[in-house]
Amino acid sequence: MRVELVKRKERSRKMALLSPLIAVGLTAIAAGIIFSISGHNPLSGLYKFFIEPLTQEWSFNATIAKATPLILIACGLSVCYLSNNWNIGAEGQFIVGALFGSALPILMPEFENAATLPLMMVFGMIGGALWALIPALLKTRFNTNEILTSLMLVYVASLLLDYLVRGPWRDPGGYNFPESALFSDAATLSTIPGTSISFAAPITLIVAIVLAVVLGKTLKGFEIRVMGESPRAGGFAGFSARKLTLFSFATAGALAGLAGTMEVSGALNQLLPTISPGYGFTAIIVAFLGRLNPFGIIVAGFVLALSYIGGEAVQSAMGVSNKIASVIQGLLLFFVLACDTLILYRVRFVGQRGSAGEASHV
Amino acid sequence: MKSLLKATVAAVAFAAAGSAANAADVKACYIYVGPVGDFGWSYQHDQGRLEAEKHFGDKLETAYLESVPEGPDAERAIERFAREGCNIIFTTSFGYMNPTIKVAKKFPDVKFEHATGYKTADNVATYNSKFHEGRYIIGQIAAKQSKTGVAGYIASFPIPEVVSGINAFLLGAQSVNPDFKLKVVWVNSWFDPGKEADAAKALLDQGADVITQHTDSTAPLQVAQERGAHGFGQASDMIQFAPEAQYTAIVDDWGPYYIERIQEVMDGTWESKSTWGGLAEGHVVMAPYTNLPDDVVAMAKETEAKIAGGWEPFTGPITKQDGTVAAEEGVTLDDGAILGMNWYVKGIDDKLPQ
Amino acid sequence: MFEAVLLTIITAATPLLIAAIGELVVERSGVLNLGVEGMMIMGAVVGFAVANQTGSGTLGVIAAIAAGMAMSALFGFLVLVLVTNQVATGLALTILGIGFSGLIGEAFIGIPGLKLPDLYIPGLSDIPFIGPVFFQQDALVYISFALVIAVAYFLFRTRLGLVLRSVGDNHGSAHALGYSVIRIRFAAVLFGGACAGLAGAYMSLAYTPQWVENMTAGRGWIALALVVFSSWLPLRVVIGAYLFGAVSVLNLHAQAVELDIPSQLLSSLPYLATILVLVLISANRRLTLVNTPACLGKPFVPDR
Repeated sequence: MRVELVKRKERSRKMALLSPLIAVGLTAIAAGIIFSISGHNPLSGLYKFFIEPLTQEWSFNATIAKATPLILIACGLSVCYLSNNWNIGAEGQFIVGALFGSALPILMPEFENAATLPLMMVFGMIGGALWALIPALLKTRFNTNEILTSLMLVYVASLLLDYLVRGPWRDPGGYNFPESALFSDAATLSTIPGTSISFAAPITLIVAIVLAVVLGKTLKGFEIRVMGESPRAGGFAGFSARKLTLFSFATAGALAGLAGTMEVSGALNQLLPTISPGYGFTAIIVAFLGRLNPFGIIVAGFVLALSYIGGEAVQSAMGVSNKIASVIQGLLLFFVLACDTLILYRVRFVGQRGSAGEASHV
Repeated sequence: MKSLLKATVAAVAFAAAGSAANAADVKACYIYVGPVGDFGWSYQHDQGRLEAEKHFGDKLETAYLESVPEGPDAERAIERFAREGCNIIFTTSFGYMNPTIKVAKKFPDVKFEHATGYKTADNVATYNSKFHEGRYIIGQIAAKQSKTGVAGYIASFPIPEVVSGINAFLLGAQSVNPDFKLKVVWVNSWFDPGKEADAAKALLDQGADVITQHTDSTAPLQVAQERGAHGFGQASDMIQFAPEAQYTAIVDDWGPYYIERIQEVMDGTWESKSTWGGLAEGHVVMAPYTNLPDDVVAMAKETEAKIAGGWEPFTGPITKQDGTVAAEEGVTLDDGAILGMNWYVKGIDDKLPQ
Repeated sequence: MFEAVLLTIITAATPLLIAAIGELVVERSGVLNLGVEGMMIMGAVVGFAVANQTGSGTLGVIAAIAAGMAMSALFGFLVLVLVTNQVATGLALTILGIGFSGLIGEAFIGIPGLKLPDLYIPGLSDIPFIGPVFFQQDALVYISFALVIAVAYFLFRTRLGLVLRSVGDNHGSAHALGYSVIRIRFAAVLFGGACAGLAGAYMSLAYTPQWVENMTAGRGWIALALVVFSSWLPLRVVIGAYLFGAVSVLNLHAQAVELDIPSQLLSSLPYLATILVLVLISANRRLTLVNTPACLGKPFVPDR
């Protein structure tokens, strides 16, 4: 028996819808087995993990809060990946964006008016974009591999944050503890009145919609896709790969920087030595799970956020180890990635001799 | 689809039955910054939780979340516990301070306990331990035992708690040998066994023959064991990792505090306060003194008794590194000065990172 | 003093070197596996567990290699057979490895480990300086160098090595010439997994003989950087690994002799140095284009 893939003539629409469902089903089965092996009731485990977080208002909102930065960063990354620019340093761009955004409330705390928050966001976007332009420029100028430079800059960014929070930007009234002063109200991103959802969520939604329009309906979107699929053809059409590299990195950096600023301004209200639990890396997965499509990314971001919230729920309610939660998360990703194969390919089981056996449609 | 629905209903029923079955008097919940398997900070807090569970038996239910990153994740984790019916929630990392205060505002009936911070509220207490008391004792031991007159100190981050530990260590050492030298290496991490091991090697190569660390892994002690040098355990008794190298260990024992506070919740006498316990309260415990001559053990025990009796290691004369006087003869630094310490005492072979 | 520093650098560099040489072969075949950290941590925990249970360091090392290979087989199945995205699959592999290793390791926390013995050759090991540095290391240090030489020989002096490189450079023509691209890549991925597992065993059995969660602390990522740093040349990986080890160790020494620089700046030096070297190497087009596997990260599905 041998497994063979046969390329479909076109993307299967049926599978595009079915494959995530199959993946979630497989994950549920695997998770159930893991729960039973570790001595927990599989059904209540699955319920707590995947369903309960959606049934309560606060945990639903918490899921949205967790998904927001992931979606925003992943939207930016999708521009990079669609155009064949391998930016995996969004974590660093998130941090530097947060630093630029925080500069205003920390260095000029008396600057408190309606312009404070918008200015912070603009600074954050500039900061993230500048940090992202370093690997982009190194790529266009020296042909340096951007995967590695962008990754290295993540470490540098987190050390820079660490230095500032423990040194010059430390809260003068904070007993030398490593944290900045709390931001003033004017520098705090508030929640939508009557809910506990931050304004970061609708802003992210708008960004995703705009991006979808740009990618689908404009020349820029066409350029991005053409250059990603066939740089040679794009070259004939007069598109510049270098300019596009700079553009896509700057866009990804700006959105990551915006996410960073909204996170410190809305959720944290101050700078801490670590401000991101790996959002920039998780967003890479979100971007791919969402198939580099803004709406897909929204769904993927939400599912991934749910897996964090659900992981906490089983941990606190059933005493399930948090390692089980991350194993389930890993399996979910594998199943989703594997099932996506079905969209472009048919799986065929072939006998030992390779005689053209019946193609078994899955 | 139908069967899935059935399964869901069954699961809900089970979950409801499960929570009704074990109705304890009090539910205590814990949030840890690291994995409970770090064998250091979070591990010791979890040991305290288990101690409390054992002490109260059926009357107490506990839950914990481990490896919770500081920031919005912490706020959500704390709120989850508050919503799930926890009566008292222990948040065990400095970075949980503001999230704890935020959630506490929303849940006035739940008691919150934040470790190592300085902000309190009507339903938020803080607690920490005087680890520097133990460090004074190990400083004395190091000065007695060192042949080179130089000790090495592996430090994590230049926050007051770490700085005061370094100072207490050197003051203890100087009380035995006024010319004692201390080399400090910052690894900028609470937990990276490989880097801690490298730092230990670097310090030994630079002439130190006794090392200590304010990081969480057992790696430095293992290096000491391998190189025939000596050291001290941190947070927990690490003797099995270095049977010939460990002199003693400064053990965080949170159990007594957890039992005391949970009892107060049960009795309805819990009040917000700031607890800063040390050797006297049993919150800091010295592991058995090993690999030491009798006279050094006697000296260590004497100092231990003196501190437990109320003597403060930060008692003058204390001179700062820049030569200014921090405390005159016989004057004791107040708690605020120790909790916010950002200067070195004279004799440290390092410049404090600012 | 110099001798002691050198010994510290060797232990710091060895896990990086082993993991990187494996990933180099993987990337030469045209596959980018970002899951090195996940395979390494699995090697660390399985190596520790088996050594602890059997009392044999050798069995521990073998088990660690097997664990790394099992993880890489999972990765290989996904990216080669099911043609999933390599970047995302590699990241998912790391998440899975960190979670799974924590689960396996729960029973082994707080237990002192078994340290692989150092070699001792009477006579040679006693020579001052040369003895301790060259003839008194644990076996894995020598294996790391043997691996480098073997990989260099294999890639550039054997027919199969040529085939592997051509698969990485142009899988279309390699396929047309009748080579099984998938099979060759799968073998390379397995080799990478074996090396990552071995590097993990070095962490938990030699570097710091114990098991603690996340004990690899990002070394898998550094190994990935070293591969590019070396511009896919095995001998340069040695230079890279030792340079990186040296910078991080000397950083600690610089502090102990009182150097007035923020420690965060010192800590970021290895990363900045890597970027600088990357730029210097890649600025020279002749050097990179020759060695970069042209099909790196691109999926291959045989047309029929």
